Amino acid sequence: MAFQIVINLIIAFMWMFLNESYSAPGFIGGYLLGILLLFLLSKFIPGTFYLKKFFKIISLILLFIKELISSNIDIVKLVYTPNPEVEPGIFALPIEVKSNWEITLLANLISLTPGTLSIAVSNDNKQLFIHAMDIDDIEESISSIKNTFEKAIMEVTR
Amino acid sequence: MNEREILEFIAVLLILLGSILSVISAYGIVRFPDVYTRSHAATKSSTLSVLLTLSGAFFYFWISESFFSVRILLGILFVFITAPVAGHLIIRAAYRSKVKLSEITIEDELHEVLHEEDKEFIHKDVLEKEDREKILRNEDKQK
Repeated sequence: MAFQIVINLIIAFMWMFLNESYSAPGFIGGYLLGILLLFLLSKFIPGTFYLKKFFKIISLILLFIKELISSNIDIVKLVYTPNPEVEPGIFALPIEVKSNWEITLLANLISLTPGTLSIAVSNDNKQLFIHAMDIDDIEESISSIKNTFEKAIMEVTR
Repeated sequence: MNEREILEFIAVLLILLGSILSVISAYGIVRFPDVYTRSHAATKSSTLSVLLTLSGAFFYFWISESFFSVRILLGILFVFITAPVAGHLIIRAAYRSKVKLSEITIEDELHEVLHEEDKEFIHKDVLEKEDREKILRNEDKQK
């Protein structure tokens, strides 16, 4: 991905040199041309086309913000019910992501989603221990949410 | 002028929402039974409240004084990254120092895992002590 961005920057600078106009609009025009060239030549360049990953990163950020807002609505509801009948608990979630970077991102995402808070990562990096606000009815739906998060993270990193 | 007032109103509304959320999160910290549920309220709602307040201030200065503050944007980014990590570390430290949980249903493997780790650790410590003593004795003999 970094390789493709560097190539795109080089094309943009070449475009500026060829035009002999060293300005921001010239750079942007060259960058757009570079995107077109990279798209046409994406078969011959190793790795997937980098704008795809860029859009996936943006969708991950949007998911982050959406989950943050919905978790806050949940907390507000919980705070304002007179006698909340919650049953908190800790459960283990087996994770597929491997590198430290991905695990950190996943733990942060889980901490900001409704009703869950990551407590610890096991020593072999294969389990994540999560404190849930209401363990009875949510555990199933939570695991499905985790699957969507893990999928989104894996799509970004691989 | 009218458009500007509407945009300023949106910014003010964002700041108001943020302050209301921070009050709710403080109320949640008082109301919930134990450390773990309290930190649910503390991490999530206070994060969003700070984000809303900062973005409201950002929009207000952008619209009313046409001052584009990159520092506020960086502050939003840093709070967004560091708040869940802080919550994770506090709750992890609480669990490691054996703070009790309230009416718990399933306390899954974490307890056992930590327990086993402790046992191994103690075992290792004892072994090392014995080794050290042995080495000391040998040195004494050599003298």
